[in-house]
Amino acid sequence: MKKKAYGFVIRSEEISADIYSMWIETDLAKDANPGQFVGLFTSDKSALLPRPISICEVNRDKTAIRLVYRIAGEGTRQFSHYQAGRRVALLGVLGNGFPYEKATGKHALLMGGGIGIPPILELAKKLSDCAEKVSCVIGYRNSDTFLLEELEQYADVYVATEDGSLGTKGNVIDALENNKLNPDIIYACGPMPMLRGIKNWAEPRGIEAYISLEERMACGVGACLGCVCTTKEVDHHSHVNNTRICTDGPVFDSREVMI
Amino acid sequence: MAKTSVNIAGVEFKNPVVTASGTFGSGMEYGEFVDLNRLGGVVTKGVANVPWPGNPTPRIAEVYGGMLNAIGLQNPGVDVFIERDLEFLKDYDTNVIVNVCGKSVSDYLEVVERLNDKNVDMMEINISCPNVKEGAIAFGQKAESVFDITKRIKDIAKKPVIMKLSPNVTDITEMARAAEAGGADAISLINTITGMKIDINRRKFVLANKTGGMSGPAIKPVAVRMVYQCANAVKIPIIGMGGIANAEDAIEFMMAGATAVAAGAMNFVNPYLTEELVDGIEAFLDKNKIEDIHEIIGCVK
Ligand SMILES: Cc1cc2nc3c(=O)[nH]c(=O)nc-3n(C[C@H](O)[C@H](O)[C@H](O)COP(=O)(O)OP(=O)(O)OC[C@H]3O[C@@H](n4cnc5c(N)ncnc54)[C@H](O)[C@@H]3O)c2cc1C
Ligand SMILES: Cc1cc2nc3c(=O)[nH]c(=O)nc-3n(C[C@H](O)[C@H](O)[C@H](O)COP(=O)(O)O)c2cc1C
Ligand code: FES
Repeated sequence: MKKKAYGFVIRSEEISADIYSMWIETDLAKDANPGQFVGLFTSDKSALLPRPISICEVNRDKTAIRLVYRIAGEGTRQFSHYQAGRRVALLGVLGNGFPYEKATGKHALLMGGGIGIPPILELAKKLSDCAEKVSCVIGYRNSDTFLLEELEQYADVYVATEDGSLGTKGNVIDALENNKLNPDIIYACGPMPMLRGIKNWAEPRGIEAYISLEERMACGVGACLGCVCTTKEVDHHSHVNNTRICTDGPVFDSREVMI
Repeated sequence: MAKTSVNIAGVEFKNPVVTASGTFGSGMEYGEFVDLNRLGGVVTKGVANVPWPGNPTPRIAEVYGGMLNAIGLQNPGVDVFIERDLEFLKDYDTNVIVNVCGKSVSDYLEVVERLNDKNVDMMEINISCPNVKEGAIAFGQKAESVFDITKRIKDIAKKPVIMKLSPNVTDITEMARAAEAGGADAISLINTITGMKIDINRRKFVLANKTGGMSGPAIKPVAVRMVYQCANAVKIPIIGMGGIANAEDAIEFMMAGATAVAAGAMNFVNPYLTEELVDGIEAFLDKNKIEDIHEIIGCVK
């Protein structure tokens, strides 16, 4: 059941330049799965719309969620000033999440680029229980990394950096090929060019790839039709060739979407 | 407890709170947050004779105290709408008001014809959407065309007709009078105000459509003024909307002359808004010992 709920910031810190991590105590945590997101509200009446932020982690007791975000504008800049104890309003839990059960007994490859890395962490945790093997390729601009050590607890991690200062120089596909990984299934989140690259890499090889998409959102619950993505087939809900990222996504089978 | 029911063109509303078209789907999504049975009515997303894919993205931009949208009236077409959305709504004890859009007069007439014998309480004709190239707003910006399309729809409609007016005109009372003269049973206003946002770092429009319709609290004073002007220009009832965020806002619209009010963009911020309006209006009436909501409709002259 979706709801608008209040939570309390437990901990907030900068984990890399302009990248913040915030743990929020909220009962939304009970239903939170990797790849799903929440809409975080500012308390500023001039910036009204909820900011979609992925669930990066859920604590073991399912009483708190962790969000990791980059300062991208006014809303996220305000969030970065939040301190422990602050009350925040959230809409959630939103979206479908990664179909992690599909990786049961398989070699799963998790791919994350930049601020697309956070949802990969909770997914890696989940998969470490059910997948045969979990590998992870993550891309950063440079050696100023974040969440890397945490991911290493759950997966074999390979890094790509744009400037070559760590791991493979290049993007996540370069790192995937460099390390001769042979996944059965891919899960990815990151910037559009990366997702496009993964779609084009996976499809000819017949490898299933689930990619998490981003779009400007208003309602977050499927009512406004603001957040659509073009689909290959006519969508079951809209009856045209597009689908709502906030409700039918953000995670899609790469073969179903035209990106 | 105060009497909150109102009557528009012979249709009884248990309270004056309805949803603004396009912000509430057909109620399915917000049914998770509010009890649709408690609302005076559900106004659906605009529906055309055939499916429309809408505009490219980005379709949404936030602006100070509101937002811009350029959805482009994406809709599944009237056939799917009848089979799915009307079927869903028929189980609720609330009025069903179907918002109708089109690119030509015959598009509108076709939808009205299809809805005539269906489980629909009223039809709201959108002649004011700023986000599609053809039709829509073009019908709503000249008094003669407002009169003409209203009359042609009224000639065939078997349900009461609400004409939804655009604020993107010099004198909205002219459009209100033209709709009344054409036989409209009611008018609703305001639709969104055409706006624009530019990303100065990328030197690009934020919306793929360049322009979008502005809604939210920032437009409320304009909307209240227009409702007031129209209430003094025509005798048919008015459904008022534009930035309603709480019961106080809704009461302001009613005092300006609206018989009913619609919650729009603020549903996105507070998904419980519609029910809170119902409760808040009631509480206001009780607190001020007002027995019947009609005492406040148009009470500020
Ligand atoms: C499903 C989903 C999950 C996301 N997960 C994360 C995450 O885990 N960590 C993270 O740092 N970022 C994430 N983002 C991006 C994040 O939503 C934006 O960076 C954020 O909304 C920017 O808000 P702002 O107020 O700082 O920026 P402003 O530019 O001031 O925002 C203005 C408006 O544009 C919207 N907006 C701006 N950029 C984006 C964007 N890239 N995507 C969607 N809406 C945007 C805002 O929500 C707001 O409505 C996610 C986006 C989506 C759609
Ligand atoms: C995302 C969105 C979609 C809309 N779609 C429609 C529509 O299909 N038909 C219509 O008549 N008005 C549409 N509107 C206009 C609203 O019904 C309303 O007139 C306007 O937004 C002003 O009210 P508000 O400020 O409370 O949102 C839409 C508005 C928004 C924000
Ligand atoms: S954000 Fe409204 S439908 Fe997705």
